[in-house]
Amino acid sequence: MAKSKPRVKVPKTAKAGEIITIKTLISHKMETGLRKDKKSGELIPRKIINHFKAEFNGTTVFETVMEPAVSSNPYIQFKMKVPESGEVVFTWTDDDGSKYTTKKKIKVG
Amino acid sequence: MRLNRRQVLILGAGATAVAAAGVPTMSIAADDPTAQQVIDKFTGGAAATSGRVDLGTPEIAENGNTVPIQVSVESPMTTDDHVAEVLIVADGNPRPDVAVFKFTELSGEAAASTRIRLAKTQNVIAVAKMSDGSFFMAKNAVKVTIGGCGG
Amino acid sequence: MAKSRNSIASILAAAGIVAAGVYGTASAGPDDNQLIVEGQSMVTEAAAPEGVEVEKIYSGWRFRSSETQSLQMDDFENPAMPLVDIGTDIWGTEDGAAGKSCQSCHNDASDSMKGIRAGYPKWSDKRGKPHTLETQINECRTDRMEAKAWKWESSEMLSMTALVGFQSRGMPVNVTTDGPMTKWHDMGKDLYFTRVGQLNMSCANCHEDNYGNMIRADHLSQGQINGFPTYRLKWGGVGSSHRRFKGCMENIRAVAYKRGSDEFIALELYLASRGQGLSVETPAVRN
Ligand code: HEC
Ligand code: HEC
Repeated sequence: MAKSKPRVKVPKTAKAGEIITIKTLISHKMETGLRKDKKSGELIPRKIINHFKAEFNGTTVFETVMEPAVSSNPYIQFKMKVPESGEVVFTWTDDDGSKYTTKKKIKVG
Repeated sequence: MRLNRRQVLILGAGATAVAAAGVPTMSIAADDPTAQQVIDKFTGGAAATSGRVDLGTPEIAENGNTVPIQVSVESPMTTDDHVAEVLIVADGNPRPDVAVFKFTELSGEAAASTRIRLAKTQNVIAVAKMSDGSFFMAKNAVKVTIGGCGG
Repeated sequence: MAKSRNSIASILAAAGIVAAGVYGTASAGPDDNQLIVEGQSMVTEAAAPEGVEVEKIYSGWRFRSSETQSLQMDDFENPAMPLVDIGTDIWGTEDGAAGKSCQSCHNDASDSMKGIRAGYPKWSDKRGKPHTLETQINECRTDRMEAKAWKWESSEMLSMTALVGFQSRGMPVNVTTDGPMTKWHDMGKDLYFTRVGQLNMSCANCHEDNYGNMIRADHLSQGQINGFPTYRLKWGGVGSSHRRFKGCMENIRAVAYKRGSDEFIALELYLASRGQGLSVETPAVRN
């Protein structure tokens, strides 16, 4: 796929102390490094998203270290306890060093 | 029309070859660790007790490329008593390590879901590292079917 | 007239195929699950269109495992949805010598493209043959935007057919098969029933005569195309209906036609007509 496109689903509002569910998906081939090119017979080099992190107002909420066994278009769902209004920042790190980020605001009220 | 045995066998043979290309079934590096080695590295050799970990996997996966899994660990998730990390291992994959989830107090609950690749029928194992240094685990068998055909 | 499914199952059993374990549970049929996506209820079974020799028509979704089914029931979990997002970006991006984007002429896709996919393939006077969504989109690109045509299975084309198709989700498949389309419908029908390949089988042998049965570990559906472009777990990505046709032909050791060939366009039209009344599910998820 041409570029990696992150999608996140976060409730817009929450009560203080509420535990919410966050869903994330990013388009990425997750090339395992174990596949051979059909034509050349050469191994296709590994290229995966190897790390995912969610931070809330600068503090880490949740991280995942990924290996090639995570499926293409990695989907990760996790929980977060919302202490106050703020912003969740999501960061995916590619083997080639590129980082993909997206943000979502949550309002406590 | 019924499919005769020869037709079905040929379809099956083709499907196996295709499946091998899609999911990494062949081990390349000779130094790939075993599932036990991956777990031992995570626990530092300590024993993991069965229990407290709830691992959700399908009994039968329609395709090994995308197998949904979810894990949750019983814990108050306080500063003193929380789940630090959960390791996911697939013991029949050429490379058994799958992922490590890292939780914090802000997680509220130690629960996560993802989708993983399984090269064949095997066990999926989740090992939780607690803040007090103890380990808990759960293990589920997942049957991976190989589609007969259909491109 | 509808055939009796039971008799087929018993023939299979008599031939020893079911008992040999090649088929798992024989004749499990479609399940009774309901496909509701984002609160919208989809039609996954309908009366067989005239001339189609099955009791009822069913979406392929009804034959999948509950895990695969659930991936399509929540847009967030649907792994094809990022492609719709990418399609939306491309929709508004200028390309080609005319300095235009799709949006320049068609404005908001959610209005202008509503219901379009449900009526494709569709006759084109200009081409003197049916347009598939792919050929129609490329016509806009080459003739109206003065941009390069996209390849059939390129990520750009799949993103765009996913975006356009998505605007018809929940609407009934409704293709026209009369007038100049008759010839193409009939050609597709011929192809559907013609045995080909080393295994000497036709599409109908599996998708009409044996749907509901297990072929090795795979639950055979009616081979409907109301969900394309579709995310396949096996592909780990989205593909066109022509890619699927090609795969099925290669599985029976036949030389497959090319994507975009007259044969596959005719087959696409005929298959669409066999699914009249089912909801468009684009982008669907299959195993
Ligand atoms: C310069 C204007 C222009 C641009 C730019 C353009 N189109 Fe079109 N498009 C048209 C016109 C005019 C028609 C109607 C053609 C006809 O009815 O024969 C059309 C028809 C279509 C249709 C068929 C609608 C139907 O009723 O069946 C689709 C789908 C479509 N365009 C998609 C696209 C996409 C996708 C893009 C961008 C890649 C695009 N178009 C760019 C002018 C444009
Ligand atoms: C040997 C049996 C066999 C034959 C012959 C066969 N297919 Fe298939 N086809 C399958 C299997 C198995 C699947 C995957 C399970 C399912 O959806 O039926 C499949 C899937 C499909 C699908 C996807 C359905 C969906 O819901 O997305 C389409 C479309 C399809 N086939 C079309 C065709 C066409 C067109 C032909 C003839 C050129 C054909 N098939 C011939 C076995 C067959």
